[in-house]
Amino acid sequence: MKPFTQLDGLVAPLDRANVDTDAIIPKQFLKSIKRSGFGPNAFDEWRYLDVGQPGADNSKRPLNPDFVLNQARYQGAQILLTRDNFGCGSSREHAPWALEDYGFRVLIGPSFADIFFNNSFKNGLLPIKLDAAEVDELFRQCEASEGYRLKVDLAAQTITRPDGKSIAFDIDPFRKECLLNGWDDIGLTLRHADKIRAFEEQRRAQHPYYFA
Amino acid sequence: MKAQTLYEKLWSSHVVHEEADGTALIYIDRHLVHEVTSPQAFEGLKLAGRKPWRVGSIVATADHNTPTDHWDLGIQDPVSRQQVETLDANIREVGSLAYFPFKDARQGIVHVIGPENGATLPGMTVVCGDSHTSTHGAFGCLAHGIGTSEVEHVLATQCLLQKKSRTLLIRVDGQLGRGVTAKDVVLAIIGRIGTAGGTGYAMEFGGSAIRALSMEGRMTICNMAIEAGARAGLVGVDETTIEYLKDRPFSPKGAQWEQAVDYWRSLHSDEGAEFDKVVEIKAEDILPQVTWGTSPEMVTTVDGRVPDPAAVTDPVRREGIERALKYMGLEANTPITDIPVDQVFIGSCTNSRIEDLREAAAVAKGRSKAASVKRVLVVPGSGLVKRQAEAEGLHEIFLAAGFEWREPGCSMCLAMNADRLEPGERCASTSNRNFEGRQGAGGRTHLVSPAMAAAAAVTGRFTDVRAL
Repeated sequence: MKPFTQLDGLVAPLDRANVDTDAIIPKQFLKSIKRSGFGPNAFDEWRYLDVGQPGADNSKRPLNPDFVLNQARYQGAQILLTRDNFGCGSSREHAPWALEDYGFRVLIGPSFADIFFNNSFKNGLLPIKLDAAEVDELFRQCEASEGYRLKVDLAAQTITRPDGKSIAFDIDPFRKECLLNGWDDIGLTLRHADKIRAFEEQRRAQHPYYFA
Repeated sequence: MKAQTLYEKLWSSHVVHEEADGTALIYIDRHLVHEVTSPQAFEGLKLAGRKPWRVGSIVATADHNTPTDHWDLGIQDPVSRQQVETLDANIREVGSLAYFPFKDARQGIVHVIGPENGATLPGMTVVCGDSHTSTHGAFGCLAHGIGTSEVEHVLATQCLLQKKSRTLLIRVDGQLGRGVTAKDVVLAIIGRIGTAGGTGYAMEFGGSAIRALSMEGRMTICNMAIEAGARAGLVGVDETTIEYLKDRPFSPKGAQWEQAVDYWRSLHSDEGAEFDKVVEIKAEDILPQVTWGTSPEMVTTVDGRVPDPAAVTDPVRREGIERALKYMGLEANTPITDIPVDQVFIGSCTNSRIEDLREAAAVAKGRSKAASVKRVLVVPGSGLVKRQAEAEGLHEIFLAAGFEWREPGCSMCLAMNADRLEPGERCASTSNRNFEGRQGAGGRTHLVSPAMAAAAAVTGRFTDVRAL
């Protein structure tokens, strides 16, 4: 996994609640057996005026001028501001794959859906939960000033606004450590292989019917 | 000993290791696998030179991409076909407890076949790369959806990294009215607590109205726990659970059955167990439900109206409603029963089991599809459900009413196969998500129970099934 330490990035606002993973990456792209290449189809139904198909040349498709991420001022954005319950719905990891491939590294919102939140960390994408009032203020500032950037420091657990205000955020220490180092979860877990084996043997003895 | 919730019992019996911050490794008993979320996991495993930890935990099937008609022609879409063939190859290479491939007599939706084969048992941890894995919690097991990285993690280590959830009890007491089903109960719950109301919680359903439900009804309710934001839904074990599991193919037999049942009877929340949050709902207050918007929380009763955004003060909510009404092509204040439908879909991991088909058939019997309805799809959840329905003659009722009787699969719940809505088409659907584009780009989905879907099919618009 790609480590995440610090980022000074352009911010884009996606001002709607309950953005679901079907919206982040529609189902026809889930037929891929690869992990990469989903970025051009992130938010496909909002971003383009036609219906996307796997394998199509997205550079030739008509863009929806009303979709916020298509505005010139947000090109190259690496931080996405969101509203409540971002990433709800399906467990498809294609959603964080698409956001990461699009270029996002940080998501900031008042709340995220559980499975999406979890999947993001596995892909070097940092979702940050802030109070709704803080998020409101970031939306206001971002929309008011073109080229709005934020500095995110994972080690210090801070977001710094252009006006100098620093906002602290929470993160599980274990997740933080994994993300800072880009650690592979599986490698970490396999350090406990003996413990897993012992647990399994005990469970097999106690509940043999789960091992039929 | 301190009174424990069912979630606490299941959690504590699976912790292998715990980090200082409470992140735990929990052991996984059952790993359900389908074609959409597994190829990258198998590839990752192979690239890292790792082997699956315990293939005997794997039960696999192909469901999302499979066609529901003309099975003789195979899978026409080459991209879908490649995904299904990749699953075939992966399972052939690593092995499994059971694999029900495309066209197998027991193939079907992963959340239907696990329980009906007795591969989902009380006291287990069950995972699948699919958010509707919450369904299996109806059996008193800890079951939830995971992402593809976690699928790979479970394949490689038989464990999952997790933090303990908070506990939420939804207690539904009383008796459901005639024509009110499990689907109406869960939609009413989501309408009450919202699509994020269960975020961070393991959501247990209890109370006399839940106890009175069949396993099919309990599965419908747990299936949509994720639509309320909870990864896991739960119902405690009782005689209904045990009766359902007896003599299923993978259920324990003989002395092991007796031993298992002894243990399973302890799998319920103890008297006096404390939940972090409790929500109480009176069964008598629940009426048939219909969603009007693009999130399952955008729901009302069949005698209700489409809401008026002008009456909402919170700007984010108001804009959400305005956007939803625009997408859905609906005017504020329209009575629900004035909304016509173009298509009807009866199926999905929420409502494709035998009891669901019986409910729909009871309404369809002696009636015909309204001329204005283009198509009514009835898609059984599995090959076994299909055979059972045919043995009961339900397919003849559907066919006589002008409905289409299809092969099993996920079908138009998410339209990864050829079954889908055209832009602007409106559908009464027994599935679980009314998101924009879910059933086809530009398609408009209204979530309802199987009986309400059949009622819409025969009248051409949403109709109170109790008045038919």
